[in-house]
Amino acid sequence: MLLGPSLFVSAVLFTLGVAGVLLRRNAIVIFMCVELMLNAVNLTFIALAQTLGVAGQIFVFFVMAVAAAEAAVGLAIILAIYRHRATLNLERINLLKG
Amino acid sequence: MSLDLSQYRDLMTALLPELVLTAWALVLLLVVAVRHRTAGDLRLAGWLALVALVSTGGAVCWLWWSGARPAGLATMIALDGFRFVTDLLFLATAVLTVMLSFDYLEREQLLAPEYYVLLLLATLGMMLLGGGEDLTVVFLGLELMSLCVYVLSGINRRSPKAAEAALKYFLLGAFASAFLLYGIALTYGATGTTNLTLVGVQVRMLGLAHSTMLLLGLGLLLIGFGFKVAAVPFHMWAPDVYDGAPTPVTAYMAAAVKAAGFAALFRVLAEAFSGVSAWHQIVWWLAAVTMLVGNLIALAQRTLKRMLAYSSVAHAGYLLVSVTSGSTLGAASFVFYLVAYTLTTVVAFALLAAKGRNGEQDVVIDDLAGLSQRHPALAFALAVSMLSLLGFPGTAGFIGKWYILIAAANAGQAVLATLLVVASVISAGYYLPVIMAMYMQAEPSEQAHAGVRLGRFSGAVVVAAVAGLLVLGVQPSRLLDVARTSGESVRPAGVLPNTPPASLSTKGS
Repeated sequence: MLLGPSLFVSAVLFTLGVAGVLLRRNAIVIFMCVELMLNAVNLTFIALAQTLGVAGQIFVFFVMAVAAAEAAVGLAIILAIYRHRATLNLERINLLKG
Repeated sequence: MSLDLSQYRDLMTALLPELVLTAWALVLLLVVAVRHRTAGDLRLAGWLALVALVSTGGAVCWLWWSGARPAGLATMIALDGFRFVTDLLFLATAVLTVMLSFDYLEREQLLAPEYYVLLLLATLGMMLLGGGEDLTVVFLGLELMSLCVYVLSGINRRSPKAAEAALKYFLLGAFASAFLLYGIALTYGATGTTNLTLVGVQVRMLGLAHSTMLLLGLGLLLIGFGFKVAAVPFHMWAPDVYDGAPTPVTAYMAAAVKAAGFAALFRVLAEAFSGVSAWHQIVWWLAAVTMLVGNLIALAQRTLKRMLAYSSVAHAGYLLVSVTSGSTLGAASFVFYLVAYTLTTVVAFALLAAKGRNGEQDVVIDDLAGLSQRHPALAFALAVSMLSLLGFPGTAGFIGKWYILIAAANAGQAVLATLLVVASVISAGYYLPVIMAMYMQAEPSEQAHAGVRLGRFSGAVVVAAVAGLLVLGVQPSRLLDVARTSGESVRPAGVLPNTPPASLSTKGS
């Protein structure tokens, strides 16, 4: 049902996520954009699973679990850097370069 | 021993190494929850981690020697020589890393025994990556490994540099995972399965080699893996992260994490996409650009750690050359080079950790001046490691590079082989100054190398790895045999070993 439009919407969402990661400079916003990308992929899986069988839906559960774990680790790291630098602007987090 | 993986018991047997390591990681987590206050607790956790890795290695060897073979086709986990060889490689690297960490953690006052738990779980993720026969397993293994390594690179919470490295690694790693995941979704959409063998079968039977969805999926998978193995143009994170992370973790990242990414990439391309000739072309370009750019930027580096980071980018290029050739010889050279590169990297970073102590992280090449007079053994070890990275005859790095060259030349990729030689010549421009500084320059002052001391365990690591490099440099035949059989064991369904599949003869060049 509506395979084409679903795939199109998920591709648009994924592209928005990529654009957000590349254009925004705040660590939390970038992280939200990555989550958007993951959920776009979830939509792709669900849309495809209508015709291809249940494997795609199972995959979505794994992706959701992984995204939750990633959020836990990611937010902890973001907290750690905020304690050091009191900013989340990636342009000002630049001790490492060369 | 034939294992029917749809049977519960047989599946447990096939997963024995992973189960052993999981159990140990959980036990260690409990121990660490109770005892995490003193240096003694830290050492206890380290010893337990060593026991865990060695017993897992025992399980891998048992499974290997019992000749385990899957009874059916579509399994979740592979039972072939490639899985066992890469498992042992990851476990050995983890053992070396644990031994490096013994000295490093105490010296830097990092009383965080959960370090070892994360190390074990990251190794578990790598084992799933090397053995995953299904894109689900590959994805989960990759995430398990990556999540642990994000934390490991920021384990030193007092260091703003480490926090920054962890943040950069996390954001770009998660970004790359999303690409990989989208690639998996599109591959699933085109073929209706996530099993690598079945994907390969479907591609052949349905003639999907030019399906847009499959090609898009392949491209996205290559972007995702390109980030993980730090191939140019997806390498921007590597130098920063390698620079900021604690040195033993850097060694682990440069050696094992990269090897695991390559193992999964190799299996996915060889089993699922052997019928799609498009990837030869893409990987060809990736390899060429990675080799040249990695080496050229390394020339311009001032600090040793960043230089080694770019050199590891360049080595990803050499490994990609062996992947591109797509022949059994390419597979053998791939496995051999993986082993040689891992050993070499561990030596280099172990010595870097010994030199850059007391918070003095930025070791530049001039800091090594005259090291050979004060610490001849250390200078010798570092020289061997540099020569092996360069591919000097008599070291394992030479044999590895030699076989990659042969594989590329046999596959009709003369241009790529030439580029590899050119890139190696360029790399002499930054490996040799290290040796010259150590042997040909005078010590700037009496105290110049006063702080350099290799701990007992790090010393053992360096001795073992240097011995391995030199022995493999003159006596490579046994490892080559293992590399050949294990490289051959990764092949698409229905193709016998020794007869390269027809589609592989269409080379990208």
